Amino acid sequence: MDIGLLTVEATRTAIAERQFTASALVDAFYNKIRSEGPDIGAYLTLSEERAYAQAQRVDDVVGRGKALPPLAGVPIAIKDVISTKGVRTTAGSKILANYVAPYNATVVDRLESAGAVILGKTNCDEFAMGSSNENSGFHPVRNPRDRTRVPGGSSGGSAAVIAAGTAVASLGSDTGGSIRQPAALCGVVGLMPTYGRVSRYGLIAFASSLDKIGPFGKTVKDTALMLEVMAGRDPKDSTSAELPVPRYSESVGQPVRGLKVGIPGEYFGEGLHPDVRGAVEVAIQDLAKAGCEIVPISLKHTGYAIPTYYVVATAEASSNLARYDGVRYGVRASGAKTLAEMYRLTRDEGFGPEVKRRIMLGTYALSAGYYDAYYLKAQRVRTLIARDFDEAFAKVDAIVTPTTPTPAFKLGEKVDDPLAMYLADIFTVTAILAGIPGVSVPCGNTQEGLPIGLQVLAKHFDEATVLRVGHVVEHALARSE
Amino acid sequence: MVSEKDVSYVAELAHLELTEVERERMLKDLNSILGYIDRLNELDTSGVEPMAQVASRYAPQTGEPGERFRYAMRPDEPLSCMPHDEAMNNAPQTDGTFFKVPKVIER
Repeated sequence: MDIGLLTVEATRTAIAERQFTASALVDAFYNKIRSEGPDIGAYLTLSEERAYAQAQRVDDVVGRGKALPPLAGVPIAIKDVISTKGVRTTAGSKILANYVAPYNATVVDRLESAGAVILGKTNCDEFAMGSSNENSGFHPVRNPRDRTRVPGGSSGGSAAVIAAGTAVASLGSDTGGSIRQPAALCGVVGLMPTYGRVSRYGLIAFASSLDKIGPFGKTVKDTALMLEVMAGRDPKDSTSAELPVPRYSESVGQPVRGLKVGIPGEYFGEGLHPDVRGAVEVAIQDLAKAGCEIVPISLKHTGYAIPTYYVVATAEASSNLARYDGVRYGVRASGAKTLAEMYRLTRDEGFGPEVKRRIMLGTYALSAGYYDAYYLKAQRVRTLIARDFDEAFAKVDAIVTPTTPTPAFKLGEKVDDPLAMYLADIFTVTAILAGIPGVSVPCGNTQEGLPIGLQVLAKHFDEATVLRVGHVVEHALARSE
Repeated sequence: MVSEKDVSYVAELAHLELTEVERERMLKDLNSILGYIDRLNELDTSGVEPMAQVASRYAPQTGEPGERFRYAMRPDEPLSCMPHDEAMNNAPQTDGTFFKVPKVIER
């Protein structure tokens, strides 16, 4: 059996039917990670002791013939911006190279209570700031589908472990596209829930009004199974919504006949790779064949999303990252004579170039005399972008777009041009500004064989529609292959 | 346009030192990114409410703020907190009770 092909459901069933034990599966995954993993660079830390202890607990439950929890024995990987008690949690930054989280993120508690086995922590752009994973403070991740190319970012490691088959499912975080964009570039499924659907407690903050945690998997159903365990009100996150959690996995496979699917013209303009356009157009025809009504729509402020995002996100980041001062945790620079000098040396040595750039941009946007011109202006445009979606969802149930304008680019191709790198997120930042849910599902390959992702968006808390529509695209692709 | 002086001032606010090379690069990058951000001024946003957080998009739009954001309220009760030693485990320098830092006030 190829463990690289296991889905969440297949894993749980095999363990329940005693085809293999959870412990043997953990062994098999660590062997695969050791033989194939280093080349890809997706893992930063392996949590072996914890994984084997958890697998043993699952095997004990199987041995006693008790009912198994929903993710029993499912090996998963966690993006290193999410806190895991007793396990190093670096956020991909040298400034946290030695930081061992003293508590679990709520999502980690919930996944482990559901029986999931955490194999380790995945590499990412430093503090989740980047679109190629090349901003990791440790080493870049290579795209398992073509190792000369980037896996996308910032959750590049979490997407790569799914593509490489070195975890069954994983967690990422999305602040501007950091789940959907790497999912598209690696040819896997990445689900970004509604803001407030999943607790952010224990997520190392980048931009608090945008940050979301969400799952990666090989199938839409796998991400639904993960989400239904993670979602729901958490008293430790005051922005988590007090709303019931539907059985998301049951929406996967539900008919889509009669659903209205909006296609925004703004996402199909200049700069869209011809193969991406072609694959997305075929997928739209598949949706029509499945009974969806295809409706052309306009999201007219799309072109203003990137500048809005880079003001809002960097302003919030400059404030959130003020806590890294070398006093309470993390790496402190040596040789400083005064407290102020210690702060500066610590931050100079600990942060990489992109993090410094964003702290500077955000600090500038918030500084006296510029606040109204940049920060307040961007917040007003954010309202216009959110209104575009409100107006669209008055007419349609879901919106379908390409996830990215191009397939995975070469390592090093955009590192010297921050603006070009920012534009890799042009189709993903709009939804994050509005706070709505979205998924990226594979919808084909370029002529060179690189994966292409299709994005499905729906209104706040309508993850069910996102998953239903995403599954139709996934199913049509599987049939055509 | 951002000037060299602005870069120094903002670096000071952000508690960053930055080398000469970093400052030059920062000046170039900030001007390029801010130039792009300037396109926001093409939009007339007079009378448009600023959006600071997402809940205002789906929470009920009527009622007092206390009513609308009731979901975020809880009784103010003391709960157990992290043990002192666990909280200090990640400290770069400590005397066992407090965090130690370089001298703050010159005598």
